[in-house]
Amino acid sequence: MKIGRLFALAKKEALQILRDPSALLIAFVLPPMLLFLFSYGVSLDVKNVNIGVVLENDGAFSRDLAAAYDATAYFNVTPVRHRKEIERGLINGDLAVFVVIPQDFDARMADPSRSATIQVITDGSQPNSANFSAGYAQGVFNNWLSGQANSLMTSGPGIQLQQRFWFNPELDSRRVIVPGAIALVMTIIGTLLTAMVIAREWERGTMEALMSTPASKAEIIVSKLIPYFVLGMLAISGCTFLAVEIFEVPLRGSLAALLLVSAVFLLPALGLGLLISAVSASQFQAATTGLLLGFMPTLLLSGFVYEIQSMPVAIQWVTHIVPARYFVASLQTIFLAGDVWSDLIPNIFAMLALGFLLFGVTFIKTREGMD
Amino acid sequence: MLGPLRHTIIKEFITLIRDPAALQILIRAPLAQLLVFSFAASMEVRNIDIAVINDDSGRWSQELVMRIQAASFVDSIIVLPNATGLDALIDRRKVLLAVHLPSDFSRRIDRGELGKVQLTFDGRRANTGQITFSYIQGIVNELNVELANDAAPIPVATVRHWFNPNLIFLWFMVPALVATLALIPTFSMSTLSVAREREMGTFDQLVVSPVSTLEIILGKLLPAVFAGMSSGTLITILAIFAYGIAFNGSMALMFLSMLVFVFAIAGIGLMISASCNTQQQAFLGMFGCMIVIMVTSGFLTPVDNMPDYLQVVAQLNPLRHFLEIVLGSFLKSMTTSEILDSLWPLVIIGMVTVSGASIILRRSLH
Repeated sequence: MKIGRLFALAKKEALQILRDPSALLIAFVLPPMLLFLFSYGVSLDVKNVNIGVVLENDGAFSRDLAAAYDATAYFNVTPVRHRKEIERGLINGDLAVFVVIPQDFDARMADPSRSATIQVITDGSQPNSANFSAGYAQGVFNNWLSGQANSLMTSGPGIQLQQRFWFNPELDSRRVIVPGAIALVMTIIGTLLTAMVIAREWERGTMEALMSTPASKAEIIVSKLIPYFVLGMLAISGCTFLAVEIFEVPLRGSLAALLLVSAVFLLPALGLGLLISAVSASQFQAATTGLLLGFMPTLLLSGFVYEIQSMPVAIQWVTHIVPARYFVASLQTIFLAGDVWSDLIPNIFAMLALGFLLFGVTFIKTREGMD
Repeated sequence: MLGPLRHTIIKEFITLIRDPAALQILIRAPLAQLLVFSFAASMEVRNIDIAVINDDSGRWSQELVMRIQAASFVDSIIVLPNATGLDALIDRRKVLLAVHLPSDFSRRIDRGELGKVQLTFDGRRANTGQITFSYIQGIVNELNVELANDAAPIPVATVRHWFNPNLIFLWFMVPALVATLALIPTFSMSTLSVAREREMGTFDQLVVSPVSTLEIILGKLLPAVFAGMSSGTLITILAIFAYGIAFNGSMALMFLSMLVFVFAIAGIGLMISASCNTQQQAFLGMFGCMIVIMVTSGFLTPVDNMPDYLQVVAQLNPLRHFLEIVLGSFLKSMTTSEILDSLWPLVIIGMVTVSGASIILRRSLH
């Protein structure tokens, strides 16, 4: 491998990228757009949930409880007198949940021998928000109970849970989502863009032209990847800046560790892009395969939206060959916890191993393509 | 006019079938995605590892730990003598949370007071942590009711989930996939259609051939619509027969809505395609649009959680409206008028995108 030739080839690739505005768009416009969309659009925090409160009697306890629902920031309350008035709301999507304070609620509250009950009814067709909003609706009720001076809750025995979240005490889901969105950006640049551009060379036949030059196969492959590696590193720097300055995600680890894991992640990401381009017959095929094998696994199987441990065992095994899995975990650790090397080093080695595997397969596949 | 139109459509279908990659999009990709998405994309929490630090030797702490251990979402419990090893366990993701029971826990309960439990979560997995917290809260609530029965009855809030009583996530995910997997093939085919012809130079031949603009537009739209409808139909059949998800609404209305939906998406795709010179540009355009459509549709997280300006964007999003129709038809038995509430915005969006595509394509043809 001659360094001079390598650089000449890499320079040619870089010029090609610079000539097509769409590649630059993806490197500089898509990352901020994605970060913005994901950090504001993908929110698991319960805020302004539309809730109906059915007040079936006018007693002091009932009105006080209804006022407690009104007072929280979690809920937008629609007050009604009869449950018939809002049952449809759950079906047509106007409401996520409603609470029924029944007719005998006051009478039961006043009578220590009987237990007062309220009903919380949710829209189960959205299971996750149903779970969250039921929890919050119960929480408001329990808080209200303990606030009642002669409440049975405070005088009787019971267990009280106190929760604390390390690394993220404000429970801001953005802090968890942004590192995942950065992994998506890096996958788009490393895998999708690379796969499409190199597939175009195969489709147009310019790859064969390159192969017939004195440059070796390794030189051609490496020179193709250098510009995308640089683009990826520029993107991670930009994303980190946005994450810290705009989206207020703390960076508790070091910038050096962040750049190191990103550089390591680009190895399997570029390798996958290269492999897809080598086995695809057309750009169309490369693009769709890239979506299927690069983007979708990063979105679904990396653990940034959906928890890996909760998946069926077979799918948990599949996640082990998704490079983004290790990258998302590393980014979350570096941003939120710090340079925890005992967590980072196994991830780095896993990404390196996948990278070498993918490059090895690509090298073999490319030779077949030449014959 | 029907003659040339028929030939244009046949030509488009032949190009479609001759390309193995296109066939893959039509059949294999939706199936693979259905399988992986439906099982992987779940907000249910399972197989959680928990650390327990129990400073209390009384029976109530034993009871609580045993109940947590027996719960279906727990995989293993690691008992720690004190808090010293906890940092390392959480840092290295060995446990999601630690349950800390103080030494006066049972004594306080026996005295008729509140026993306090400290739960410490790994904030890197804040969402899973919150869901797990609600599960543990459920266990504690049950125990509290039993404790109170010994003393005096306490007021309770009972919870019922309509349409999906056990909150099975699959019941949400599979119908949602009917919508998204109708979208993906439609969008990718329509986006790459004109751009590919342009890049290969065959677009010029199309321009000089004796077919009208309308015929070219329909010839480009219909295969994409066909691909989306077949993928959507396939997933609907599997949802009902393989996954056993109840379909309570009107089949005819849902398929009518699906047709309007895929036309709307094909219109967006053709607009992108007609304004791009290369497949790469078209693909990147599609990609950017698809992310916006997916994120603001309520597929990943509910639209209600989003800030107001994104909710406005969501109103313009065809997937958002179609998703409401699909979920409403599968689980909720929406009435015709409720479906129509979501269908008319879809019709307007479809008319705008298809005519937008025609205008752009017409301009580039002349």
